[in-house]
Amino acid sequence: MNLELMQQLSDARGVSGQEAEARRIILQAIDGHVEDVRVDALGNVLALKPGRAPAGLPRVMVTAHVDEIGFVVRSVDGEGLLRFYSVGGVDARILPGLRVCVGADAAPGVIMWKPIHLGREQRTVPLDNLRIDVGARDRAEAGRLARPGDMITFPGEFTPVGDGAVRGKALDNRAGCALLVELLQGEPLPCDLLVAFTCQEEIGLRGAQVAGQALQPDMAIVLESTPAHDLPDLNADPDEGIAFNPATRQGAGPVLTVMDARTIVDPRLLNWLRHTATAQDIPCQLKSMSGGGNDAGAIHISGSGVPTAAISMPARYVHGPAALLRISDFDHTLTLLRAALQDVTPELLRHD
Amino acid sequence: MNALIRKLVEAWGPSGYEHQVRRLIQEEVADLVDDVRVDPLGNLICRVGSGEQRVMVSAHMDEIGVMAMFAEPESGYLRFDPIGGLLNSSLAGNRVRFEDGTTGVIGVYDSFGKGRTSVPALTDFYIDVSDGAGAAVPAGSPAGFWREFETRGTRIIAKSLDDRIGCVVAIETLRRLGRQAPNELHFVFSVQEEVGLRGARTAAYGIDPDLGIALDVTATGDELRNRKMAVTLGGGAAIKVHDSGLVVPPAIVEWMEAGARENGIPVQRELLGGGTTDAAVIQSARAGVPSGCISIPTRFLHTTSETADMRDVQACIDLLHALLTKPVVL
Repeated sequence: MNLELMQQLSDARGVSGQEAEARRIILQAIDGHVEDVRVDALGNVLALKPGRAPAGLPRVMVTAHVDEIGFVVRSVDGEGLLRFYSVGGVDARILPGLRVCVGADAAPGVIMWKPIHLGREQRTVPLDNLRIDVGARDRAEAGRLARPGDMITFPGEFTPVGDGAVRGKALDNRAGCALLVELLQGEPLPCDLLVAFTCQEEIGLRGAQVAGQALQPDMAIVLESTPAHDLPDLNADPDEGIAFNPATRQGAGPVLTVMDARTIVDPRLLNWLRHTATAQDIPCQLKSMSGGGNDAGAIHISGSGVPTAAISMPARYVHGPAALLRISDFDHTLTLLRAALQDVTPELLRHD
Repeated sequence: MNALIRKLVEAWGPSGYEHQVRRLIQEEVADLVDDVRVDPLGNLICRVGSGEQRVMVSAHMDEIGVMAMFAEPESGYLRFDPIGGLLNSSLAGNRVRFEDGTTGVIGVYDSFGKGRTSVPALTDFYIDVSDGAGAAVPAGSPAGFWREFETRGTRIIAKSLDDRIGCVVAIETLRRLGRQAPNELHFVFSVQEEVGLRGARTAAYGIDPDLGIALDVTATGDELRNRKMAVTLGGGAAIKVHDSGLVVPPAIVEWMEAGARENGIPVQRELLGGGTTDAAVIQSARAGVPSGCISIPTRFLHTTSETADMRDVQACIDLLHALLTKPVVL
């Protein structure tokens, strides 16, 4: 993992639909390593990394989404507090008391909460009832700091933690972006790579839908971050709590999606990735979830159909202000991706 | 025809893993069509005939099933995710079959307690694949339900009539057409219908048809306390008017009904409250495709004992054949 790049990308601010800052970092980082770079109408970054010997080989789309979850300002109320709503899936239980950055200038704010002196409210406050305090005395002053539509993000405080892990906001999915950038900065592969850094994944796979349609690849690989479920059940006895889904663990390598709510991964691609991992001695794990989905859900049903796989890095606490990712999981994912792409053959897409 | 039905309904093919069914159908249609191909998602697309109008006929190959997620660390029971719309009320005791032939039995927590009178949550179910020697099924293995085909008079009873019986209607119609048709027909045996009509969507984009016709099962209103629907078993081919994803253009309903009248084929109108089929996504392919559906009335859908009547199946074949042997004019 290139820590400097990872830090830049994690700290960049960009909720769905407002990805410009992260996009600039990506454009700069891939400059000179790809051809035919363009930003499409929705804000996807599209590019081509020509292969060494692409004749007869499938053209492989590789994607990572650029946007992060967050909030936007909805209105300023009479007390000078900001009403807001969420962009993407946010858990209202974790919000009260958190620090946030508001608007283009990242004005510091805090999500209101009631200190314990004033009551011991136990219920989750619905997001609609929360406000953000940017230190304004009244509506006019708040209006100068924030306007409806301004994005609100968690503060970027990327940092290495412990031995071999990193912590930061927006690791879902700037970690995927960093991975894709590092892939593109490396040596050319045999096959052509059709690159898409997609926008608006968190609000409905919108960028990927048009990127898939525009690029019309022969197959696709989606790079993602996925929740690691290797934590104890909070409601169980602390000494007996067992992980409620041992299928996705931190430190156990890349996570290959078998199925989620939007995609059943093409068994040919799944086997290709599993065999590559086994042959190269790279740890990997399988994930099946009846909920959730990622860009694969939109790409595989675009045009006449695109066989699509998703490779994810297991990360704890995604969709919050401080996700944790093990560097070994990032590195293993990159190794697997490179090894698999070295081994793209015309036979891979043959139906038996 | 029963031999073909048995072969297809007993075949293994949960959504996304339809290759075994596809192979069987490929063998069956090899001599009945002008061209056959498999598209990127695995749809089998067969072309026959030529004419002004391009018609897409779609029946789905996939069946509902389960995906093994992980084995409980101590007991070895498998946890699973649903593939398609499982009925929690009729899961316990069912057998599932993995691709390598391993079978498992679905169990549920507290089956003679709370589980006896209430419908358990999906997370309360698990699969026993033990063989007494610690059998293991790897995570990420899909399975279909398992039950043998059975006949009782004109009735056929099987798992996966949804929608292998639609595939049978398509194949038997192709057989009767004998590679002659005054329209350019594309018979699609589609993938991943049960998880969101995914195969038909991309097939329709690729084919870009002028007209779409889905062949699928539909529910009946002649089960006890289920009088909300007009469709009855044995009442003839069901011509879809409306379901939760599709309003069939009146011209298509009238065209189908006229075809039935002229050929003395028993038909009934179908309005389905919950559920839809491939035609719902064919209609919205590219700039839009007028689409309808011929349905096979079927009781006990999404159980291992789906029940249909051969007279209805025959009526569906007769109707589709009658419609496709004339140039389509809407």
